[in-house]
Amino acid sequence: MKKLITGIIAIITIVIILFGIQRYLAMKTGTGESSDKVLNLYNWGDYIDPDLLTKFTKETGYKVSYETFDSNEAMYTKIKQGGTSYDLTIPSDYMIQKMKSENLLLPLDHSRLTGLSNYDSRFMNQSFDKNNKYSLPYFWGTLGIIYNDKYVKANQVQHWDDLWSPQFKNQIMLIDSARDALGIALITQNKSVNDKSEADLAAAQAKLTALMPNVKAVIADEIKMYMAQNEAAIAVTYSGEASEALSNNSHLHYVVPTEGSNLWFDNIVMPKTAKHKDAAYAFINFMSNPENAAQNAKYIGYATPNKKALSFLPKDIRNDKQFYPDERTVSHLQVYDNLGQKWTEKYNDAFLEFKMTQR
Amino acid sequence: MMTKSKRQRQLFYLIPYSIWLILFVVAPLILLLFQSLTTPNGHFTLKNYATYFGSGTYLRMTFNSVWYSFLITAITLVISYPMAYLLNQLKQKQFWLLLIILPTWINLLLKTYAFIGLLSKSGTVNNFIGLFGIVPQQLLFSDWSFLLVAAYIEIPFMILPIFNSLAEINPRLEQASRDLGANKWQTLKRIILPLSMPGVKAGIQAVFIPSLSLFMITRLIGGNRVITLGTAIEEHFLVTQNWQLGSTIGVILIVAMVITMILTRDRIRRTGRKRGTLHE
Amino acid sequence: MSKNVKWGNIYLWFMFVILYLPIFFLVIYSFNSGDVMQGWEGFSLKHYVELFADTRILEIVVNTFLVALLSSLLASMIGTAGALYIYNLNHELVKNVFLSLNNILLVSPDVIIGASFLILFTVMGFSLGFTSVLLSHIAFSIPIVVLMVLPRLQEMNRSLVAAAKDLGANNWQMLTRVILPVISPGILAGFFMAFTYSLDDFAVTFFVTGNGFSTLSVEIYSRARQGVSLEINALSAMMFLVSLILVLVYYAISSRSGRNKKQGTRLVLPASEGL
Repeated sequence: MKKLITGIIAIITIVIILFGIQRYLAMKTGTGESSDKVLNLYNWGDYIDPDLLTKFTKETGYKVSYETFDSNEAMYTKIKQGGTSYDLTIPSDYMIQKMKSENLLLPLDHSRLTGLSNYDSRFMNQSFDKNNKYSLPYFWGTLGIIYNDKYVKANQVQHWDDLWSPQFKNQIMLIDSARDALGIALITQNKSVNDKSEADLAAAQAKLTALMPNVKAVIADEIKMYMAQNEAAIAVTYSGEASEALSNNSHLHYVVPTEGSNLWFDNIVMPKTAKHKDAAYAFINFMSNPENAAQNAKYIGYATPNKKALSFLPKDIRNDKQFYPDERTVSHLQVYDNLGQKWTEKYNDAFLEFKMTQR
Repeated sequence: MMTKSKRQRQLFYLIPYSIWLILFVVAPLILLLFQSLTTPNGHFTLKNYATYFGSGTYLRMTFNSVWYSFLITAITLVISYPMAYLLNQLKQKQFWLLLIILPTWINLLLKTYAFIGLLSKSGTVNNFIGLFGIVPQQLLFSDWSFLLVAAYIEIPFMILPIFNSLAEINPRLEQASRDLGANKWQTLKRIILPLSMPGVKAGIQAVFIPSLSLFMITRLIGGNRVITLGTAIEEHFLVTQNWQLGSTIGVILIVAMVITMILTRDRIRRTGRKRGTLHE
Repeated sequence: MSKNVKWGNIYLWFMFVILYLPIFFLVIYSFNSGDVMQGWEGFSLKHYVELFADTRILEIVVNTFLVALLSSLLASMIGTAGALYIYNLNHELVKNVFLSLNNILLVSPDVIIGASFLILFTVMGFSLGFTSVLLSHIAFSIPIVVLMVLPRLQEMNRSLVAAAKDLGANNWQMLTRVILPVISPGILAGFFMAFTYSLDDFAVTFFVTGNGFSTLSVEIYSRARQGVSLEINALSAMMFLVSLILVLVYYAISSRSGRNKKQGTRLVLPASEGL
């Protein structure tokens, strides 16, 4: 009994000390203040250069309260349920369309945006958000193939169909995403990645199932670690993952097949929960500034949609055809549309069945 | 008949516990049942259950979940029982026990990444066996690497209750058994094992039940070669946003858990009655 | 006999090495001058420098421990009460209903718990943040405490309780002098497991947090897409070191008071027999 009581007292003492430290840290960073000069930013973890946040606070006086999420869908659930007044968040393309259709977004007042002309027109006015009424691009990228030149020659993997070659038995790591995996199969059959036909989807599933002998694993964010450690010869993943992996292993290369692939966007939007609109506009304009956009792109390693920022980037980055592909390739890229509930489920069921295929 | 003092006592225990039960167990459970029995528009339907039972995919997943949970529990038990027993023989056993708990405070995702680093083709383990001239082996994305990591995570949850049960056993019993001519194995089988059963059972429950809904390491270490119900629920709640079907699978998991409880109930009742008579 | 012990020691050492292998792996790479956990590039303390300059992450660590300590403390109390209640139930069916209800949160995947708690909090108009996270952590830790305390109760010698009752001990005396001392190892086990659950939880915390409040797990998991930096390794290494020091201090104290303790138990035993 005495032991239990000492234990309880010890814990309570530590808790009190921790509360003290928390107050102190909050005072130091200023997050504890309930002033109106705040910006509630909801973003992917580690998806902005922290120095930029400090710079933003210094320039504008707005303190940034930074919360993180790990997937579009998880973020969507939180915004939909409410409970916190997020001022800005950064979803991907199809999710913006979904949120827009469910009235979860506020339209952007273009007269308050100062950096619109900095953006590359190729990445504006996309199908998921016509005329950029609700969003501005933050980063963009592609879906493609990483290969390891220790095991594979460059000319062996230039197109999606190459993946089906029997020589790659048990060599390929596939991204764990229904849209991407089935999208590849659809592209090889000259269909759109937004195809809504039972027959096409069934054909795509059959095609994908034929790939199974070559598939070593179906994984997600871990692909970059695995590829960097030479675990597999080939991986199908996003350019963001690829740039991480490539920077850690010089044998790796990234290819975007010229016949077409997915073009993805992470755009900055203002959810309907926003309470600090002035801060939100200040932040959007701050990030549209070419210098800041370039600094962020250098830190994250993704491709920036800010055309004027390119001149602030080192030559070897902005001329890297792997991550800033040429005009011809870009023109074949397709953006995902929100498929709607029914077709999202059909795609996912098909993918689940594919994953359940015995290997 | 309950005496007044017992009633008072029970009320004292019940109040905090029942507030928790009602708010955080019964309310979510009702929500779950409601969702599993309705369409997105709120109409009653059995469609979700029909989808579940009508599809070989989900039934196979259920089988996978139960089978792998069983394997994880069995492996963990086999490893943990001797450990708990040996720990009990040590001086300063509380200290060693704390050392078993310590690794659980490091983030799970990080530990999984460490396992990727250890087990990958150019990883530490392969480098090590390479010293003996063995070519790098494919260790990850296999059943056993998945089971290894799952067991690694669950071991402390098995050791702790077993250790506590063993520590409770009066050493004089062991002494007496040996004095009566029993050898070490007989003592273990007749005295120690039966007396530590409550701890073993608690350990099995603490490992088996959560393992049914395991999902993260099935992807990270298993490469999605094994798909369990946890993966399916994750997908229905997040990716497809079909909370109705996700809830249905959740309800089925709960039913599976209750069945497990009923299967282990038999023994509880018998010992309970025996002790009950002693008590009254 | 001695041969047996030797094999036993080898087994124990082997298991401890395996248990600590991934931890050492993480700690060693926290000193890597490179930026990832593959390929050793040389010794450097730069990730530690980064860590101490990052007040946001330090704040998150403090939050994490606050939630973990408070939630496991409160969960241990409520869970112990629950275990005592279930233990005292005479009707087998009722007992099993309670046990099954108790285990529902153990079997439910985190997303389900998180999503339903989120609905619960928003329906009640509860503001999301520290309190909602704390309540949720208490909630999902209670069943594991019950599970750890119950076997201790079942092993408890009932005649001890009966004797205490015969001698006229009231409820409070019986609880504090007889029952709690016997089941305290179970409560302690429950506390540690609740602590572990709380530190490790991502999905539930993610759903019920808000207004800038975050815990370490949420931060780490949401960094997965960009790659978890070695700063987090450095942080884990620090946390590990601190816990290790705490354990060693505990060891030092308990081994010094070991002699007194023996006397203590001898004193307690006649006392409880006399009750």
